[in-house]
Amino acid sequence: MQVIQQIFFIICAGLAVYFFGKKVAEIRRNIKLGRDEDLTDNPGERWKNMTLLALGQKKMFKKPLPAILHLFVYAGFIIINLEILEIFLDGILGHHRLFAPFLGGFYSFLIGFFEILAAAVLISCVIFLVRRNIIKVKRLNQHELDGWPRNDANLILMTEVVLMSLFLTMNTADLVLQSRGTEHYTLTAPFWITSNFTGIFQNLSTGSLIAIERTGWWLHIIGVLLFLNYLPYSKHLHIVLAFPNSYYMRLKPKGEMKNMKEIQNEVLYMMQPELAPPAAEAPQQQRFGAKDATDLSWKNILDAYSCTECGRCTASCPANITGKKLSPRKIMMDTRDRIEEIGKKINANGSFQEDGKSLVHDYITVEELRACTSCQACVEACPVTIDPLNIILQLRRYLVMEESNSPQEWNLMFGNIENNMAPWKFSPDERDKWAEELAAQS
Amino acid sequence: MHIKSMAECMANGETPEVLFWVGCAGSFDQRAQKITKAFAQILTKVGVQFAILGKEEMCTGDPARRAGNEFLFQMMAYNNIQTLNNYGVKKIVTTCPHCFNILKNEYPVLGGEYEVIHHTTFLQQLINDGRVRLKEGGEFKGRKITYHDSCYLGRGNNIYEAPREVLQALDVELVEMKRCRTNGLCCGAGGAQMFKEEEPGTTRVNFERSAEAIDTGATVIAANCPFCTTMLTDGVKNKEKEDSVVVMDVAEMVARSLAD
Repeated sequence: MQVIQQIFFIICAGLAVYFFGKKVAEIRRNIKLGRDEDLTDNPGERWKNMTLLALGQKKMFKKPLPAILHLFVYAGFIIINLEILEIFLDGILGHHRLFAPFLGGFYSFLIGFFEILAAAVLISCVIFLVRRNIIKVKRLNQHELDGWPRNDANLILMTEVVLMSLFLTMNTADLVLQSRGTEHYTLTAPFWITSNFTGIFQNLSTGSLIAIERTGWWLHIIGVLLFLNYLPYSKHLHIVLAFPNSYYMRLKPKGEMKNMKEIQNEVLYMMQPELAPPAAEAPQQQRFGAKDATDLSWKNILDAYSCTECGRCTASCPANITGKKLSPRKIMMDTRDRIEEIGKKINANGSFQEDGKSLVHDYITVEELRACTSCQACVEACPVTIDPLNIILQLRRYLVMEESNSPQEWNLMFGNIENNMAPWKFSPDERDKWAEELAAQS
Repeated sequence: MHIKSMAECMANGETPEVLFWVGCAGSFDQRAQKITKAFAQILTKVGVQFAILGKEEMCTGDPARRAGNEFLFQMMAYNNIQTLNNYGVKKIVTTCPHCFNILKNEYPVLGGEYEVIHHTTFLQQLINDGRVRLKEGGEFKGRKITYHDSCYLGRGNNIYEAPREVLQALDVELVEMKRCRTNGLCCGAGGAQMFKEEEPGTTRVNFERSAEAIDTGATVIAANCPFCTTMLTDGVKNKEKEDSVVVMDVAEMVARSLAD
């Protein structure tokens, strides 16, 4: 019987790790579909950013209440996973509480600590569910979350509630079994939380308790393995990608727009033709700006996979606040959806063939892009340093330079800059008229 | 008062301390011209040797670049950098945060490397150095004033304190809006929005921001950007508060408070 359990466990764990690894490799490939961008300078500052922003969750603390609850869930998730190590080894070796004899009193302290975390995670997740579904916090109930994204969020929270409940139930039954001296159940000191609830199980037979403990153990570990595989398909992937994403954040001032070297050179060769390379050596022309997700940089795609759809960007977006269609969160969700779609087509056909769709138009409309004031509030708001503005500006470049798609007023503005060196229709001769007026005054 | 141009300085063999980059709004927009004049008056009064490019100045290309027209931006940048480098310009001060951002952050990679300062920082330095001396009990002393962070000075370049320090030097009672500093709300003009109608929505961005500023009970909304000044002035008018609330650039407030 024990051996069958062990074999079954090894098969489950093996499959879970295999499928997880496969999906991770797929996401890595999708990220690399993006254009090159060098973001490896200043490693010292990058490590610091990662430590403060991903590990320390510095930006979350702009909103203290969600930040503290989130910290519980996060700490619980990470630290309780240490316990997973023991569960794993128990599962493979057919032991029970393998570490208990080695760690002695410290073992009970550890498990007690995990139990407190588990309870904190449970309570926090319940509060999060209430915020999403009963209080209906605005940023968690906006239009772009309709359908799968909202279910995804609730599913994650409910899974955590269930996993934590199983962990606690398992420990409670375990304590009762220990007190009865049941074989196989290593004696430990009472765990801090579950020792208060053993009364619930006192009247049950030892057989039933073993069944409860075993069921709790199995459901918990299978739940964990399933959740591991759910992670890369869900917004919850941020728990992993927050780290690389904050490491590779752009270190330039937020106001700075990336230069387009190819256009800089084109203008230079137009003004100083003697500098132009012979036609044969001219670099291959890329599309100007971004039309599809693959025209974006790999960092934009990593951003999209790192997004957990919290909506802090959208809640701070002046366009969104004033009822425009633009939502920076939707920009990130659309980018991820599109690159996933492209990835699926590569899985099916070995390579990506034009499918008549693109990120602009089919996912993100021109109206959304036009509403952006480039105010960088979305960039500032993101706890994991996602930069939706960077994508918006690349899509705008495509619209204007490849499709000549700009509102009439912008065309007039372009014309004025070109002809009058100012965005308005004034004569360049009047540029210093204010100075003449000042001179006349005194 | 005579404002020198770089061409004039060169002809006279003079090297000004700093180039005043006026920007298109500051040059042509009637409201923004007042900011330009106020700043030029301060510089003249305290004896800063400065010059302008005058008719040789061109749009930096900011609205074109943010709208997506990189070609036009590169054209403008090429021409401006030629002009600035020909005059050997080392230091630039500008009253526009959009010009400031693009000159400071986006011109260097194109060959235009200068020390670029926003006028609010410059004013703060002049006050700290004792070059700008302010009246005791000037007209803003003790008045409730709120300060609007422009996106390209604040989030764009992390300058939050210099303009506030200038206001403190005027002895104002600074009241902050709920959305201030890194969380400041845009006026609605950036990203070339100034030059087109807003997309359909429930309200305008400048109405939203102006309402927030008015709600602080301030009688002056201090700004650091000609576009914000225009947008917020329109927003105040929309609320029919133009009789009790004025929108002023920090430079205009300093100009009115100079000691004799």
